[in-house]
Amino acid sequence: MSRDVIAGFTLAAEAGSSTARTLTITLFLVFVAVTLGITIWASRQTKTATDYYAGGRSFSGFQNGMAIGGDYMSAASFLGIAGIIALYGYDGFLYSIGFLVAWLVALLLVAELLRNSGRYTMADVLAFRMRQKPVRTAAAVSTITVSIFYLLAQMVGAGALVALLLGIRPGTTFLGMDADAAKIATIIMVGALMIIYVTVGGMKGTTYVQIVKAFLLMSGALVMTLLVLAHYKFNLSTLLGDAANASGKGSAFLEPGLRYGVEVAGDATKTFYNKVDLLSLGIALVLGTAGLPHILIRFYTVPTAKTARKSVLWAIGIIGTFYLFTLALGFGAAALVGREAITAQDAAGNTAAPQLAEALGVDFLGGDVGGAAMLAIIAAVAFATILAVVAGLTLASSSSLAHDFYANVIKGGQASERQEVNVARVAALVIGAISIVLSIFAQNLNVAFLVALAFAVAASGNLPAILYSLFWKRFNTSGAVWAIYGGLISAVGLVFFSPVVSGAPTAMFPDHNWQWFPLSNPGIISIPIGFLCGWIGTLISKESDEDKYAELEVRALTGAGAH
Amino acid sequence: MSTDTPAPASAPPDRYVAAQRSDEFVGLRKALRGFVFPMTVAFFLWYALYVILSAYARGFMGTKLVGNINVALVFGLLQFVSTFLIAWLYSRYASQKLDPVADKIREDLNGETSAVATDEQKEATA
Repeated sequence: MSRDVIAGFTLAAEAGSSTARTLTITLFLVFVAVTLGITIWASRQTKTATDYYAGGRSFSGFQNGMAIGGDYMSAASFLGIAGIIALYGYDGFLYSIGFLVAWLVALLLVAELLRNSGRYTMADVLAFRMRQKPVRTAAAVSTITVSIFYLLAQMVGAGALVALLLGIRPGTTFLGMDADAAKIATIIMVGALMIIYVTVGGMKGTTYVQIVKAFLLMSGALVMTLLVLAHYKFNLSTLLGDAANASGKGSAFLEPGLRYGVEVAGDATKTFYNKVDLLSLGIALVLGTAGLPHILIRFYTVPTAKTARKSVLWAIGIIGTFYLFTLALGFGAAALVGREAITAQDAAGNTAAPQLAEALGVDFLGGDVGGAAMLAIIAAVAFATILAVVAGLTLASSSSLAHDFYANVIKGGQASERQEVNVARVAALVIGAISIVLSIFAQNLNVAFLVALAFAVAASGNLPAILYSLFWKRFNTSGAVWAIYGGLISAVGLVFFSPVVSGAPTAMFPDHNWQWFPLSNPGIISIPIGFLCGWIGTLISKESDEDKYAELEVRALTGAGAH
Repeated sequence: MSTDTPAPASAPPDRYVAAQRSDEFVGLRKALRGFVFPMTVAFFLWYALYVILSAYARGFMGTKLVGNINVALVFGLLQFVSTFLIAWLYSRYASQKLDPVADKIREDLNGETSAVATDEQKEATA
């Protein structure tokens, strides 16, 4: 960071916020320096494809549990949920619950069986007893689609955060950049860093980055939760009451219904769709986790299925605790920051948590400097959060592109390890670049909401194929291809024709209207379509390999012959 | 490996078929499915009940219990409790009922095919 830039920061705004800027930037640079150090160290340990894709399968249950937490607790969990609770009250808590309960699907049905029967990617399991080319192609398409949806959410969070830190509101500029230009600059910077982590450090480097981030995020959220509770003398009821009063909505703020399943007086159709939309969101959240490629490949980083189970148990403990904190963060922001201040900064509420940190700093550490310090720390934690998650996503999608599409489809399994890993590195660069460009168009959407769309796509495109593969003897190539494309196309297609993309003031393209699908989350339609397509696709093909299923089942349940 | 063939096996397929048909393995599959399928149905219904009540039983969910703490909040927190509980129950069940059987079947299979397994380990660490 040059002296001129720091001088620019100081000149650009009042004392409090410039302290916060300098401190945030310093802390963030420390995080970046430490994690880049780890990444370079990890790159020296990365010699084989197993090292690059699966971190050498050498992590312990606790380490991988932390890393799963790091991969999973994204900007959506920290910024998005806190924002929705702060603006709409109870409804944000629905996300916390869905995101947590979803882990039972992963624990009971997927984690151990996948660990035993796969090698590097989700498609290893899907393609195990199928014809390789069509299934791996479909799985790569689906992996990349889900990951890009998820990446968009993280990048939008990063953009919102930087505008808050730099104190840029509509109409003001910073270093000659207005808010939009600064957001775009941030997105490009985050994108560049994630590409470095992934291409240099591979899975080993990325896993350590996740562990460091999970520790920072848990610590930051714990401190904020304790401060919020201390402010209310550890009386949850007083906190809730104060939040409800500050919201202007009274006790309705503490009940479901302000954001999802809204009852529109005199419009029965609209009310009906709103309620179905809530059910759709609930289903997508609970079924999405076990279909997220960047989560699934984490199970390959441990040596055995037992360790995979332990890592999920740790992850459930860590993630569950974190989601309990979101209650204090969200209602705390509603009470101590207030709706007006939050929406003035970011209409979707994505900055509620860092704004709460600032308010708590003023309250407990004293004065603007204390506020600036807390804001800086929490903002740096949020940046670390985003950076770690985007690295995990980029790794998952580039691994799939290299291992599934390049090595097994294009090269027919003849590529050398070195070629495969080189292709994975190039793929990380390409996917990073694509997501940077796309996220510039998604700036107005709440990040938790965007992640919910990624969950719907994962639950529709990936989960049916995974469950059929592991548990249904008759399942075959045709079924797998139908399940993936059927679920994927219906989910993405319905989102495209939903009010999220066009035909509403909050849409990605508010000035256009091609919307006809009434729900903003497609899960309730597209997930059953995924399962149905997998079933139909299977039955219309005669292919059935019982011997191969015997091998898959024995390997999955016992770990015999596991990589 | 030629185009369009499935992933390489570490043991000849007939060994796996024999293992799959053994009483031990049939028992293991039954023990696994007998736990995870009903448990999945149970937690899914319990969660669905919560989501449906949030959508259609607003009055009930808004009932205040203590101070500002209402049914919706307690119901939500109970979802956390049930998730932790099921995770703990499964981990206990798996280590008592599933792991010993799975370990034995794996050792039998790996014993028969140790030469192949060693080759594969070499490949993995090459």
